[in-house]
Amino acid sequence: MAEWVLGRYNYWIYVALMMIGFYAIVAKPNLIKKIIGVNIFQTAVFLFYISIGKVSGGTAPIVWEEATRYDNPIPHVLILTAIVVSVSTTAVAFALIIRIKERFGTIEEDQIRDLGRRGEEVES
Amino acid sequence: MNTPDITPLPLLMVVIPLVSALMTPILARIHRSLAFLTVQAATITSFVLACILLDRVTSGSGKVVYWLGNWEPPYGIEYSVDALNGLVLVLVAFVAAVVSVYAPKSVAAEIEASKHPFFYAIYLLLFTGLMGIVVTGDIFNLYVFVEISSLSGYSLIAMGRRREALTASYNYLILGTIGATFILLGIGHLYMMTGTLNMADLARLLPPLYHSRVILTAFALFTVGLSIKLALFPLHVWMPNAYTYAPSAVSPLLAATGTKVGAYVLIRVMFTVFHPNFDVQVIPATRILLVLAAVAILMGSLLAIAQSNIKRMLAYSSVGQIGYIVLGAALVNRTGMTGALLHIVNHALMKGALFLAAGAIVYKTGIETVEGLKGLGRKMPLTMAAFTVASLSMIGIPLTVGFVSKWYLALGALEAGMWYLVIVILVSSGLNAIYFWRVIDWIYFSPPNERLEALPAGDAPWSMMGPTLVMAALCVVLGVQAQWPVGIAEQAAALLVGGGR
Repeated sequence: MAEWVLGRYNYWIYVALMMIGFYAIVAKPNLIKKIIGVNIFQTAVFLFYISIGKVSGGTAPIVWEEATRYDNPIPHVLILTAIVVSVSTTAVAFALIIRIKERFGTIEEDQIRDLGRRGEEVES
Repeated sequence: MNTPDITPLPLLMVVIPLVSALMTPILARIHRSLAFLTVQAATITSFVLACILLDRVTSGSGKVVYWLGNWEPPYGIEYSVDALNGLVLVLVAFVAAVVSVYAPKSVAAEIEASKHPFFYAIYLLLFTGLMGIVVTGDIFNLYVFVEISSLSGYSLIAMGRRREALTASYNYLILGTIGATFILLGIGHLYMMTGTLNMADLARLLPPLYHSRVILTAFALFTVGLSIKLALFPLHVWMPNAYTYAPSAVSPLLAATGTKVGAYVLIRVMFTVFHPNFDVQVIPATRILLVLAAVAILMGSLLAIAQSNIKRMLAYSSVGQIGYIVLGAALVNRTGMTGALLHIVNHALMKGALFLAAGAIVYKTGIETVEGLKGLGRKMPLTMAAFTVASLSMIGIPLTVGFVSKWYLALGALEAGMWYLVIVILVSSGLNAIYFWRVIDWIYFSPPNERLEALPAGDAPWSMMGPTLVMAALCVVLGVQAQWPVGIAEQAAALLVGGGR
C-alpha cells in the first residue's frame, strides 16, 4: 500500500498543487491572488507532463555512447508551448487587472460587485 | 493506406489570417483604413479558399490533408479536412468576412482611434485561432489554437465601452483558462497511454484501452473542459456578460463562431477520437449530455425571457441553442447528428443576424434595452426587418433555417425512441416565441417614446446594413433551399456515427 502511494508521488503532488490553485481561484476575492491560483493550477499540469516524460534509467535525450535509454523529450517540448501560453494568459490578466483598477478603483471582487450593483440602481 | 489527397489549402486557412494579423498594425501606420481593408481582404480570401476546399472534399476524395514540414503522421502535425470541418471552416470564414465588412463603422464609434490597428490585428488572431482549431488533426495543436482564440477573445471583449466589459473579460479569462487546462490535462492522459497526439492515430490506438481508468479520466477532462468553452449549461456563466459588454462588432463574431467551434471540437473528440460506442456503452456520456442539453434548452430560454438588455437576452438564448446542438450530437444517430451540424450553421446565421442588428441599433440610437425597441419598426425599417426575420427563424417558423434544424433534431429524437425530447424542443420553441414575439410586438405595434420620436428616422449606414441583411436573408434562403447544407451535414454525420445506426 505504502509503495502504491509513494511510487506515484508525482501524481499526488500534481493533484495536490492543482487543488491548491483551484482553491485560490474560487476562494480569494483579490483578482491578483486569483491569477496566482491560476498559475499554480497550470504549473501542476506542467509537472504532470514533465514527470510522464521520465523513462526509468533514461538519460537526457542527447546522443551519447554510454546511454542505453533516453527520456521521452516530447512532453517537455509540449509543455514549453504550454508555458508560453500560461505566460501570455498571465500577461493578459494583469493588463485587465490594471484597467480594472483604473476604472473601478479596486481589485477586490466583492467591492467591484457592490459598485456594479450601485451603478445599476443609478441607471434605473 | 491509399495515397492521401495532399494540398497546402488547409495550411493557408491558418497562414493567411496569421500573416495578415502581423501585417495589420504595420500597414495601419501607412494609412489608417489599410487596417480594416487588410482584415476584409484576409477574411474574404479565406472564405473563398474554404469554399474551394469544401467543394474538393465533398465532391472528391472525402478528405484533404497537409503534412507540416512533410513529416508523415503520426510523427508530424497533420492538418486534415473532411466534410465536417470543411463545413465549419466555410461557416467561420463566412461569418468573419461578413462581420469584417460591418466592423469599421461600429468600431469607429465604440473604440478610440489609437486602438483600431490592434483591434483589427487581434480580430484576425481570433480568426486564426478559430480556423486553426477546425483545420488541425493534431490534438496538442488544437489546444494551442484554443488558447490563441481564447486569449484574443478576452482582449476583444475587454475593448467594450462600459467598464463591466473588463470584469466580464476577466471572468471569462479565469473560466476559459480552467477549461483549457482541463483539455491540456486530458491530452496529457491520452498521450501517456498511447504515445501519440494525432487524432486519426489516437482513434486507431484507443479502442483496446477503453476500459482503462486513465482514458476514462481523459474523456471526462475533455468533456468538462470543452463544455466550459462552448458554454454548455451549467458552465455558461461567463457567456452572458461577455457577449453583453463586448463591442458590437465582436459579439456577433463570438456568438456565431466561438461557441460553434467549441461544439465542433466536442463532436470531433466524442465521435472521431473516441468511437461512438465508447460514449454510449463504456460510460454513459451521451446520456449525461442529453440531460444537460435538455436542461440547457429550457433554462436558456426561460432565463432569456427575464432579460431586459437586448444583447443579454440573445446571449441567454444562445445557451439554449447550444443545448440543441449538444442534444443532436448526443442522440448518436445520423438524423440527430445532421440536425446538430445544421444547427451549428443555422444558429450562427440567426444569432449573427440578431447581434448585427443589435449593434446597428446601438450605433444609430444607443438603445440597449428590450423596452427601448418600442416603435423602432418605423424608425429603422430595414434593421428591424432583419431582426424580425432572424427572430422568426429562432422560433422555428417553417421556411426559415431554424425550422430545418429543429425538424431534423425532432426526427432524430424520435428515431432514438426519446419522444420526450420532442416535447422539450416544442416547449422551448414556445418559450422562444414568448421572448421574441414580445420584442416583435413592441417593435411594430407600440408607439415610440418621446426620446425615440426625437431621433431622425433611417437605418444604419450601408456597410453595416449590408452584412445584417445578408445574414438575415440567408436565414430564409437556406431555409427554403435546404438541400445544400443538409447534403453536406448528412455526409459529415455519416462519417461521424456511421451509416448503419
